Amino acid sequence: MYDFGFVRPTTLADAVKAMAAEDAQALGGGQTLIPTLKSRLASPALLVSLNGIAEIKGICRNDAGHLCIGGGTTHAAVAAGGGDYPALAALAGGIGDPAVRNRGTIGGSLANNDPAACYPAAVLASGAVVVTNTRQIKAEDYFQGMFTTALEPGEIIIEVKFPVPQKANYQKFLQPASRFAMVGVFVAKYADGVRVAVTGASNGGVFRWKAAEKALSADFSAAAIGGLSASADNLIADLHGSAVYRAHLIKVMTGRAVTAAG
Amino acid sequence: MPKDGGIGESTKRREDIRFLTGEGRYTHDIELRGQAYVAFLRSNVAHGRIKGIDTRAAAAMPGVLAIFTGEDFTGMGGNPAGWLIQSRGGEAMKEPKRPVLAHGKVRHVGDAYAAVVAETLEQARDAAEAVVADIEELPAIVDMAAAVANPDHRVHDEIGNNVCFDWGWIEDNRAAVDAAFASAPHVSTLELTNNRLIPNAMEPRASIGDYDPGTGDYKLYTTSQNPHLTRLLIAAFVMAIPENKLTVIAPDVGGGFGSKIYHYGEEAVVLAAAKRLKRPVKWVADRSESFLSDAHGRDHVTKIQLACDMQGNMLAVRTETLANVGAYLSNFSTATPTFLHGTLMAGPYKTPLVYVNVKAVFTNTAPVDAYRGAGRPEATYSLERIVDIAARELGIDPWEMRKRNLIQADQFPYTTPVGLVYDTGNYPATLAKLEQIADKAGFAKRAAASKAKGKLRGLGLSTWIEACGIAPSNLVGVLGARVGLYDAATVRVNATGNISVMVGAHSHGQGHETVFPQIVADMLGVPASSIDIVHGDTSKIPFGMGSYGSRSLAVCGTAMVKAVDKIIAKGKKIAAHMLEAAEGDIEFKDGSFAVAGTDKKKSFGEIAFSAYVPHNYPLETLEPGLEETAFYDPANFTYPAGAYACEVEVDPDTGKVQIMSFAAADDFGNVINPMIVEGQVHGGVGQGIGQALLELGHYDANGQLLTGSYMDYAMPRADDVPFYTTDHSCNTPCTHNPLGAKGCGEAGAIGSPPAVVNAVVDALQRGGMKHVNHVEMPLSPARVWAAMQK
Repeated sequence: MYDFGFVRPTTLADAVKAMAAEDAQALGGGQTLIPTLKSRLASPALLVSLNGIAEIKGICRNDAGHLCIGGGTTHAAVAAGGGDYPALAALAGGIGDPAVRNRGTIGGSLANNDPAACYPAAVLASGAVVVTNTRQIKAEDYFQGMFTTALEPGEIIIEVKFPVPQKANYQKFLQPASRFAMVGVFVAKYADGVRVAVTGASNGGVFRWKAAEKALSADFSAAAIGGLSASADNLIADLHGSAVYRAHLIKVMTGRAVTAAG
Repeated sequence: MPKDGGIGESTKRREDIRFLTGEGRYTHDIELRGQAYVAFLRSNVAHGRIKGIDTRAAAAMPGVLAIFTGEDFTGMGGNPAGWLIQSRGGEAMKEPKRPVLAHGKVRHVGDAYAAVVAETLEQARDAAEAVVADIEELPAIVDMAAAVANPDHRVHDEIGNNVCFDWGWIEDNRAAVDAAFASAPHVSTLELTNNRLIPNAMEPRASIGDYDPGTGDYKLYTTSQNPHLTRLLIAAFVMAIPENKLTVIAPDVGGGFGSKIYHYGEEAVVLAAAKRLKRPVKWVADRSESFLSDAHGRDHVTKIQLACDMQGNMLAVRTETLANVGAYLSNFSTATPTFLHGTLMAGPYKTPLVYVNVKAVFTNTAPVDAYRGAGRPEATYSLERIVDIAARELGIDPWEMRKRNLIQADQFPYTTPVGLVYDTGNYPATLAKLEQIADKAGFAKRAAASKAKGKLRGLGLSTWIEACGIAPSNLVGVLGARVGLYDAATVRVNATGNISVMVGAHSHGQGHETVFPQIVADMLGVPASSIDIVHGDTSKIPFGMGSYGSRSLAVCGTAMVKAVDKIIAKGKKIAAHMLEAAEGDIEFKDGSFAVAGTDKKKSFGEIAFSAYVPHNYPLETLEPGLEETAFYDPANFTYPAGAYACEVEVDPDTGKVQIMSFAAADDFGNVINPMIVEGQVHGGVGQGIGQALLELGHYDANGQLLTGSYMDYAMPRADDVPFYTTDHSCNTPCTHNPLGAKGCGEAGAIGSPPAVVNAVVDALQRGGMKHVNHVEMPLSPARVWAAMQK
């Protein structure tokens, strides 16, 4: 670990101010950043911990019926308190292990945008809105590829607003070593149609499987995607599986998510 | 029998209290006054020529005390291989020097070429980043077949190719084996890989060098399974420090599995640095360094053939293996694929003809050496896979195939065609027991239930044998061993009657501190709680060879028994004097020395006290004190054996394998502590399941380790393994040691991988995928799914 400064503001305003410093880096739960620092793979001048900011923590329903989750809310808190959106709560409860869930935050996960993280699938499949200290970003615009997002330097995620679907489910097939999603599929059925988002599989990060969305919007059953196959183009190929295998898993996991959603 | 734990009791492990409450004392827990820290620079290329190392900027960094490169150690010897292997033509194996720090070339990713010592670890790491190494990258030699085929690209320029040796066992039998194959009614052939494993002990390697300028004495605290062997290697081969000037201390060690048998260059560096700086120097590997620089395990590519008649009677076995030794010869790297592998290729079977050929190959990868099982898992895997395949090809039930070929109980001692003499065993008994505890009869019903929920169920088995406690020294010496393989123990009865036992074995998780006192307590009739084991410190213990190869109980335990026998014999002399009786009339029983046929007796404590306060004592004929040492060199290996069964469910949609049950019927000879034995089986089978389903040390074509962290190296976790069913009721006591013990530490890792793979192949076959006769380990979901296609 290289030397760095550390501040722990208690208000969002102070955090935004602190982030204006050169080479400042926001610190959420630190479940990715701290190991990165320990491996000397990052050298921020200043770590700005977001853990002390009460106003970006917690879960509520807004007037539009969205489930709103503060950016500093831990996975454990979402698992325990996200009951209005059971599939989302289940997803949060399946991230990592208890230690990860008690420290890691939704804002931190989305800002990092690991291509194998679980939350991006829920955010994209729900058509959620990422709220920052400066603006509101639609899910479609937010994810811009592996470890890349629409966030500007210094911008802080303060909330994520999830439209609550009629039915939803997340199915994760574990990469055997890391136990991150090798393929994770989030299926959400809304009054105006079904959305299917896939994480873990693509070199481009989370993406929507639109052919499946169309078929499932017409008939919400696993059989409806029986004739489809996900494209292997641009899917990850590594020691743990070929692109063709991942494409196959996308279909299997999608079918299982639909069946589990009921 | 004493009340608090004798032979046969499942005494709880006394050492666990300190381990589980954070009171263990590992190398990293030791903080010496004035201690400095070392950080190593490790090659990030697999193969390169060192053109220059500029340390000037680093030397000027804050806190830097010294910087070492390979140049500093050119006057020293190399770290040797412990076993000289001869090739088929009688030529000695090639032994390129293994330097303390890389010199001239770097030969694998992680090869250390410089070391920076500083006041703090962070200062050492900062300065290490300022060292500028000019390393010209050379083509990496990774694939073994290519390394053999292309001698122009060499890991070691000074030897003519990349083949360390080409070993035939037994060469004189080769023609007969080939003839048997030529006329055999049926021949089964399989090419398979025994996947490279990375040991991943919970505690990474760590060493502290200390030097006393007043006396010239060195002290090395290190994570070792065998402190005396480490001292011998450093003293006699690497650094030329007189043995009497070097103490090696292996305190609590958090797992070894073989990887901490060996002497590594880091140990020499901390000693050299301590001497130069006249202050202690500590190094602790981080997990990445462990992945890159610990000796790895396995990594064989084998073609095995089995010749049978049409009734499944095995006529001959023939193998050709390429064994990866990595970039340098680690201490036991040449013994592992030969005398711990080829000699086991008869397995538990009556096969009359066996021939094994092994070529050991240098590659630009981390050194490969013994890892839990060491050669025997490789032999067992090859053999148990080909037996299953032959059974399938011949239409014989794999259980029946084995029954027809197992050595029968009345055939012992049994001389195999690969040079071993199995002293005792009852292989049909363990197989019959397995059939019962695995509920083979109920399998069809369970398979139907699995099918009803869309899963493919399979049942696989293996019948295995291993050889533990390598011995005797005079025989292994003829075969090329460069060390003796005895062990030693000193039993010191203190004046107040409690007992310290100094043993050559080293416990790094096995439970010696509990088990060894059970034996002494049983023999002397005193409470186990009054007995302590001292191990791991060359200044305190007799010269023993440490713990590996499931040898501690059978070899060191026997030395301890012999020392206790001497204590009893001396006690009888003292008692005879005190009781005014003839020595021959003294009986030792239940902790008392009694005159036979009378009620005259002296307690063990009274005898001990008399030995140290010899007021009424035969001083003219007997030395005072009650302390005895014994060395023991076994007459033969011990031969644990058993039969394992695994049931799996395969998800046909994803290829994911779930282990539903695992049953182990073992013959470990006499068992001292059944709970600890069961724990060893659990751990060993867990590691075997890890090898079968999850673990893979994988280098890409450029020699980069792609599985250098837990993000890509899959360790087995709790939900990957089932609850185990174990049994050791079919024990046949070892015939040549007084405990009748055979060893149990490696068994699980030896017998389980083929049982798992056989089960998966069985599941796919039953599921209609008749084209699948083998899947390479680890059987990841992707590999199983790929095998199921087409």
